[in-house]
Amino acid sequence: MDPYLLRKLNRERAARRAVIHLTDLGDGRDRVICEGDPVAGPLGEAVAAAFRSGKSGIAEADGRTFFLNVHLPPARIVVIGAVHISQALAQMAKIAGFDIAVIDPRTAFATEERFAGIDLVADWPEDVLKGRPLDAYTALVAVTHDPKIDDVPLSQALSADCFYIGALGSRKTHARRVERLTALGHTEAEIGRISAPIGLDIGAASPAEIAVAILGDIIQHLRRRALRGTAA
Amino acid sequence: MNETADDVLDPLAIAERWMDDGRMVALATVVETWGSAPRPVGSHLVIDGEGNFHGSVSGGCVEGAVISEAMDVISDGEPRMLEFGVADETAWRVGLSCGGRIRVYVERVG
Repeated sequence: MDPYLLRKLNRERAARRAVIHLTDLGDGRDRVICEGDPVAGPLGEAVAAAFRSGKSGIAEADGRTFFLNVHLPPARIVVIGAVHISQALAQMAKIAGFDIAVIDPRTAFATEERFAGIDLVADWPEDVLKGRPLDAYTALVAVTHDPKIDDVPLSQALSADCFYIGALGSRKTHARRVERLTALGHTEAEIGRISAPIGLDIGAASPAEIAVAILGDIIQHLRRRALRGTAA
Repeated sequence: MNETADDVLDPLAIAERWMDDGRMVALATVVETWGSAPRPVGSHLVIDGEGNFHGSVSGGCVEGAVISEAMDVISDGEPRMLEFGVADETAWRVGLSCGGRIRVYVERVG
């Protein structure tokens, strides 16, 4: 493996971009392919399939045998709202192996004491997300049900094609939210991707139970997601 | 983003750090598995010229053999494909007790 390729591979992984390390097992020659890089022919089809499935493996193409090692960014959860549900969700998400961040501009909610050991940012989501943009490997959970706080990140999550987008609120609250997101230029199909009411329908009542429902919903979307077309 | 244990123990990140330290480095990768294999396809073991290693290609069953092959790869630069499994004659010494089979590709970095 070329040292330059190893650096490139690590750089792409650190930047949360999907990447494949492709090795010709016949002659040992290798290359790094970023998602969206053009690869022609049967090998291109194998590369596209590997990006979609996230599964590494051997592929035969043009009479040669290749190994494709697929590196998809690890899934992470961004929560808008440092509320009671988020306190439970943050702990559970860590146990389940997710990287999680909680964002809330309301300093009364976003306190170190309530979120000890959690990546917590007491600032407006639109400012925070500039430095760490949402992507297709991120789940966005909006639980303030305050449009001033939730709407911008929800809109950005739709544009970024987050693998899960959930928003807390009654059907009435959500109907008004749909109107606002439509006014922002989102299509009905895009807005239909939002899980609202949020979480799996397990009759969750307490904040901790709602956190279980949300986490279960996120895992279901992650593991059973339809194979993506070429992600943006 | 917080640095997690995964970042610290990530074999590819370690390979780059070792390379920057001027160490000779080989990378072993699980490229194929059959049956119940302990580590999935794509798993890495990184080895330096002194036999130090990080990561895993099995649950510890065949690492010793991979490391000794990696020493040869580091010295001659030729990649090698290794296969381990119960059907192998060496299975009783270095095999997978789980009954699976794996192929491991070992290459030099640089």
